[in-house]
Amino acid sequence: MATYDFIFDGLGLREWCDKDATAGPMSMADLLAQGSGKGADGGTDAGGGSSGVSLWELPFPSLDALNKACPAVARTREVTKGVESGFLDIKDSLKVVLDPVTQPLSWFLEGALYAFQTTPWFIMIPLLLAVVYFASKSFKLVGFVAFSIFFLAFIDHYNFAMQTLAIIFVCALLCVLLGVPIGIAMSRSDTLQRMTIPVLDMLQTLPPFVYLIPLIFLFSVTEPKLYGIAIILYAIVPVIRLTDLGIRLVDKEVIEAADAFGMTDRQKLYRVQIPLALPNIMAGVNQTIMMSLAMVVIASLVSAPGLGVLVLRGIRNLELGVGLIAGLGIVLLAVILDRVTKAALARVNAASAVQRNS
Amino acid sequence: MNGAAAMEKTVKLSIRNLYKIFGPDPRRALEQVRAGVDKPELWEKYRHVLGLQDINVDMKNGEITVIMGLSGSGKSTLIRHVNRLIEPTVGEIVLDGENIIEFGEARLRELRRKEMSMVFQHFALLPHKTVLDNAGTARSVRGEDRSSYEKDARGWLERVGLGGQEGQYPHQLSGGMQQRVGIARALTSNAPIMLMDEAFSALDPLIRTDMQDLLLELQTELTKTIVFISHDLDEALKLADHLVILKDGMVVQQGEPQEILLNPNDPYIVDFISDINRARVLRVRSVMDTGLDAAPAVAGTVDADATLESVIALSGGDTALSYAVKRNGTHVGYLDMKKLVRALVPTAAARDGMRNAKRRSPG
Repeated sequence: MATYDFIFDGLGLREWCDKDATAGPMSMADLLAQGSGKGADGGTDAGGGSSGVSLWELPFPSLDALNKACPAVARTREVTKGVESGFLDIKDSLKVVLDPVTQPLSWFLEGALYAFQTTPWFIMIPLLLAVVYFASKSFKLVGFVAFSIFFLAFIDHYNFAMQTLAIIFVCALLCVLLGVPIGIAMSRSDTLQRMTIPVLDMLQTLPPFVYLIPLIFLFSVTEPKLYGIAIILYAIVPVIRLTDLGIRLVDKEVIEAADAFGMTDRQKLYRVQIPLALPNIMAGVNQTIMMSLAMVVIASLVSAPGLGVLVLRGIRNLELGVGLIAGLGIVLLAVILDRVTKAALARVNAASAVQRNS
Repeated sequence: MNGAAAMEKTVKLSIRNLYKIFGPDPRRALEQVRAGVDKPELWEKYRHVLGLQDINVDMKNGEITVIMGLSGSGKSTLIRHVNRLIEPTVGEIVLDGENIIEFGEARLRELRRKEMSMVFQHFALLPHKTVLDNAGTARSVRGEDRSSYEKDARGWLERVGLGGQEGQYPHQLSGGMQQRVGIARALTSNAPIMLMDEAFSALDPLIRTDMQDLLLELQTELTKTIVFISHDLDEALKLADHLVILKDGMVVQQGEPQEILLNPNDPYIVDFISDINRARVLRVRSVMDTGLDAAPAVAGTVDADATLESVIALSGGDTALSYAVKRNGTHVGYLDMKKLVRALVPTAAARDGMRNAKRRSPG
């Protein structure tokens, strides 16, 4: 009947096939084909009719196609089902470990959200401007930030912006606290580097939405750590990579000098490697902050508060104005965060400019 | 600083039977080398690089030992063995009677902190620290307070000509000044041994001469044991009390520079010295007669350490003259101008191409 019948017939497995048929539920495609009265075979072409099908239309021997010929073979949906049930099986034991470990994240996020929102604006805004000045030492930038925040506050987006900032603050801080030591460890061990890089590659290329799917199963959607973890996983990559790179790029002769003067590993790390890698580490922090901002918008799908919620509302209810204004707010935040961290980076660079006269 | 005094000096640091082979299994390659396999063959057949081969050098207390060779001769590898930045395949480094190769990590660190300091080709200063902090690096690594080394560091910076620049950062200084910081850093550590790895090679010729003069001037008062790496023969001859010439990881000749210049024992060295201005490098003491029975008629007195060039200038080119030679006021011999001219004849020459041969197959 089906294209690949000959394999199973040829191997003498026909009996096994028919005996042990996986009588799963019909696929949607089958159902549709039945409804239109064409019969299962003609509908999808996946099985391919035994007659009248040219070689040109030979289907790939996928699980579904083989299943047509031999019902004992599992269908593709069994694979996805297997992954799902496998995940659900280990979910409970994973939760036992992950729940307590990640609980502080929820507290941090809740705390930060509370602090950013309950501090009155007339304290919060000057405080933010002071931080900007401290990081950049540039009045021009402070002016721009002041203008942006006042604009957002003027159009009643102040609270949303503060929620977004609070989440980014906590997540980026944790990224740095976790990422820098991981980067340092990677720079010291080639084995660890080889093992870590594929993981980082995966974290970086996995579409942001995909992070959310398993997390939804693991944690309750009402808990802030759900989106916290998603943001951290997504945003931690650059700071790890650039810390590792920065330390590996430290001038070999300077490291040699450090050894020649009898520095211990710890002295070398704090006196030489970290200070000399700082420009790279700061570039990593900048990237990490920008990526947290990108993710915090997507995380609004799983109840992350902030400007992302408004964007989501714009999409869901087709409220064009709401979505665009919120988008503008996000752009303003992005520009602020980028400029401030870049200005800080430039100051670090200026302080440790290495000029080789060789 | 001169031949006679050197005899009384004790050996401070001595490298014995040192071999270094780079590759996955240096021990096995070592057996091949001991069985007579040479550097190119070791690479062809066994894929190991012969870095250093049977090095034996004694470095005397208070002397400048210059290790000279072309790039690839293993000189930088050798100096890194002295403070064990590179571990030897086999061999001993004996410092004051103790083999430092056997030292554990803690003792080695102590040794690097207190006994040795190093000056690097590209200065290797900490870019995020001020000149003063850089100069004090060695002392602060030992755990000393800033207050305890600041005076010393300032003093040495002043001494190397950087007074008033303590607050600047290295990138604000020129190359020559950065290397002065490097030297001040080594001096502030108060270590008796100074390792200088092509310390002046990255500098402009004029600044290089300045730095050499500075080093010699400092050395007259400090008398540290200095190991100096160089690829520049003029520099080597100027600084060396003891000159070691390396080629392909082997010591070709070592000894007093004047001695090597007058009696080179290898075509490689002949080729090396064929370019230099012998009159400027050779000293009166190397060519004078000490055992003359009758005193010739002398036209004047010259110092034993004067260069031949200065004597030629003094004589106005008259080869008929003779001079009395004195050292610190005491008479030590006579110098016949004819003999002086003979000493200037290049050793049987190398124009025909040792070096060209070398260019074709760089070592």
